[in-house]
Amino acid sequence: MTDPIDRRGFLRCAGWAGGGALYAVSGGMLSSVSFDEALAAPARAFTFAQISDSHIGFDKPANPDVKATLRAAIAKLHALPTKPDFVLHTGDISHLSTEAQFAEAQEILSEIGLPIFFTPGEHDTLDDGGGALYLARFGKGTKGAGWQSFDHGGVHFVGLVNVVGLQAGGMAHLGPEQIAWLKNDLAAVRSSTPLVVFVHIPLWTVWEPWGWGTDDALPALALMRRFGSVTVLNGHIHQILQKSEGNITFHTARSTAYPQPAPGAAPAPGPLKVPADQLPAVLGVREARLTRGRAPIALIDSSLA
Amino acid sequence: MRLVIPLVLVLALATPALAATRQVDIANFNFSPPTLSVPAGTTVQWTNTDDEPHTVTARDRSFHSGALDTSGKFAFTFAKPGVYAYFCSLHPHMTGQVVVK
Repeated sequence: MTDPIDRRGFLRCAGWAGGGALYAVSGGMLSSVSFDEALAAPARAFTFAQISDSHIGFDKPANPDVKATLRAAIAKLHALPTKPDFVLHTGDISHLSTEAQFAEAQEILSEIGLPIFFTPGEHDTLDDGGGALYLARFGKGTKGAGWQSFDHGGVHFVGLVNVVGLQAGGMAHLGPEQIAWLKNDLAAVRSSTPLVVFVHIPLWTVWEPWGWGTDDALPALALMRRFGSVTVLNGHIHQILQKSEGNITFHTARSTAYPQPAPGAAPAPGPLKVPADQLPAVLGVREARLTRGRAPIALIDSSLA
Repeated sequence: MRLVIPLVLVLALATPALAATRQVDIANFNFSPPTLSVPAGTTVQWTNTDDEPHTVTARDRSFHSGALDTSGKFAFTFAKPGVYAYFCSLHPHMTGQVVVK
């Protein structure tokens, strides 16, 4: 992969980038690069990757072969110049939460050859047990519906679950039990520690008529306000969107399966069918680069084209 | 006993007319019609026409379809009068109700 941004590109973009998001065209390919506030510092340089919304089991016209595109995404990860320390999968591993789909997804994902930390999407909790199959296979050692946290390279990572116990008329939901757990978890973390939160549905309200938001995100975000740098990574909406709100930046990722319309740009948020030759350009993976010192976290989105 | 058989036949023939089936489409992330009024004893059948799974889930969880993939159907018979509010448990902004009189 080529470095998607050079100094000239940075200066060109910086004037309008505003809230910390930069876009650069490199090698004829649109990439996005975004920087978090450089107020907190990881202890050492490392990279990790994010993939999302692989929807194994989906077979509709928007992508009749989601296994092939997941493998193409894995090839992108293998081609990264720096081997990531691990991968975050931000949910919708399967399309219908069946044992067969989970097994197939797990087998393909094992080809990455790196540790993977998961958070479920609403497509992963459709079984009669409301996510029991997901937890058995992908949520070992997690709490509640799959919440977890871990430390790596001086960065505190938190995996939240906002796809269970959804209420009629509402959007995504964390629930008081998980928020209490989060409060307890973060209490032990110093404010100078960079925080990376991964979750399926956006924690900020992207588009309420489509349920693209989280009802009770505010009490969770309030617990993160004291940190110097908070990076929230999510999936669900199958496109790259970014927002900066004080110390917190929000980044949605592309899917490895199919795109969805821009917020409000279609009658409904269902799978968006694009010409087959254009599909790889709207799917993708994300690399996060962390450098030692007070340099910002760089997020580099690469399409499968 | 010979008289009973014709009576059973008459009842069997009459039953479909008494207990009608009404349709609700699930299309573009909407229940259509969002409010359906039916007499008691009506069976309501939902059909998902989206390329996205949905569920039909009562707010009080008295009925739940499980995941309905594309072309998936779910039927429930409403025996008693009342207002039955339901939603899609995957996309909870999708809501509907069946009013049984």
